[in-house]
Amino acid sequence: MSPALLNLVFESTLETLYMVAIAGLISAALGIPLGVALYTSRPGQILERPVLNNVLSIITNVGRSVPFIILMVAIIPLTRLIAGSSIGTNAAIVPLTIASIPFVARLIEGALNEVGPGLVEAAQAMGATPLQIITKVLLPEARGGIINGLTITVVTLISYSAMAGTVGGGGLGDLGIRYGYNRFDPMVMLVTVVILVVMVQGFQSLGDHLVRKSDHK
Amino acid sequence: MITLKNVSKTYGSGDKPVVALKDASLTVPQGAITGVIGLSGAGKSTLIRCVNLLERPTAGSIIVDGQELTALDESALRSARHQIGMIFQHFNLLSSRTVFANVALPLELAGISKAEIRKRVEPLLELTGLSDKTAQYPAQLSGGQKQRVAIARALASRPKVLLCDEATSALDPQTTASILELLKDINTKLGLTILLITHEMEVVKSICDQVALISDGELVEIAPVGDFFTAPQTHLGREFLNDFLQLEPPRALVERLETMPGPHTHPVVRLAFSGDAVSTPLISRLARECQVDVSILQAKVESIQERTLGLMIAELMGDSHQTQQALDYLESHDLKVEVLGHVTRTA
Repeated sequence: MSPALLNLVFESTLETLYMVAIAGLISAALGIPLGVALYTSRPGQILERPVLNNVLSIITNVGRSVPFIILMVAIIPLTRLIAGSSIGTNAAIVPLTIASIPFVARLIEGALNEVGPGLVEAAQAMGATPLQIITKVLLPEARGGIINGLTITVVTLISYSAMAGTVGGGGLGDLGIRYGYNRFDPMVMLVTVVILVVMVQGFQSLGDHLVRKSDHK
Repeated sequence: MITLKNVSKTYGSGDKPVVALKDASLTVPQGAITGVIGLSGAGKSTLIRCVNLLERPTAGSIIVDGQELTALDESALRSARHQIGMIFQHFNLLSSRTVFANVALPLELAGISKAEIRKRVEPLLELTGLSDKTAQYPAQLSGGQKQRVAIARALASRPKVLLCDEATSALDPQTTASILELLKDINTKLGLTILLITHEMEVVKSICDQVALISDGELVEIAPVGDFFTAPQTHLGREFLNDFLQLEPPRALVERLETMPGPHTHPVVRLAFSGDAVSTPLISRLARECQVDVSILQAKVESIQERTLGLMIAELMGDSHQTQQALDYLESHDLKVEVLGHVTRTA
């Protein structure tokens, strides 16, 4: 591989990491509260709001059912509004984030659902407010499940980011398509895939390690 | 200290509402331990969960320490709950927190400073015998230790009342005994009023002052423990007691029992002694004064707190005149006599 091409591989790796990191952080920041809202507004839960729960649930399902490639082009006007442009790496972050918020929310909801109802009840018996139950009982007790969910999100983001080339976002997936596929360079294809595999492996191991460390069960 | 007034709880509505609690009234005096006993599904859990309004009753009122909980709004109820500790069958400890942090939780919720929390948690860990376990996580503890943590946690906010929801049901008999001892200990030391529910007579026997028997959502019998164990007033009460004392006549005898006396039968009686009757040599006097022979088929002595209870199943051997005289004699001596039936003389 030529030095120019190597440089391109390096830059693409950084672009992928950048997209995944920013999209991951924002979707966690918005997806975790949404997941908490989805869980606590369920009937029989501490902030029972059946109508709100239905609305949130429908929005989340819609968000999750639109294929990523379609979502990316469908929200171009919104992307332009937020990122200032509809092409480029920053522009790719907008659809990545929007696609992963409902994804994170459902995973968080699932993680909270694993917390025993007896713990919430015990906290209620101690006179805890709903906010205290969320911050002192639900989130800490679900920590392992939450980290697990975020790990899955990061891995999914890495795979979604391969489609960012569609809007000129760059990244490893884009490189693989342009050089590996369109220019018939199997070496580039192999290198990008190997880097992606290593990246996924690394994030998964990190996530598993954090889950083990936080788990006292 | 705790008063339930005509409390009812119905689940669901429409065609098939489930009535879990029917018009239950109960008073637990300051410093007393009251046990509610009943079979599973009788409504025990609903009853105790109504006391701190984890379940809101459909009718009736709950008064704890002079405060009518059923009339409070959400935030007043939350502060009232600081006065009511609760422990559970499955402990409900936070697995993500150490023993210390679990006990500290109610204080954190009440917004108490870190220094003050340390000052209050440490003596509690000492009281419950957990001083060497403060940094461990619940998963590293045995069931009995977990319940001790739960008790320390329930006491942290210095409640006036402790509710125990089947607190020993998941524990083995020895651990149960040590937990009960601890509960009795804090009842005496701290003057804590305790309401507990259980399906084990052993629990009632060892620590309760008052017992309430629940069946199909109704409190059918409420009595001081001493009275209940010597003379239960209801059929269900007698069943519980007999089950507990296991003083059923032997099977071989039951097969021979006839309900009506015949010309050649002896009565078989169950005698319950309490109070003075325990220390009187009644059987030998009976033999002497009424000229009957007494064959003891089964006997047992239980001490229920400060009182002693003797139970005996015996066959009274003599002619019909003598045995009748013997029965009259026994009844005049303040002990409970129940004729189980009659057996044909073998000799």
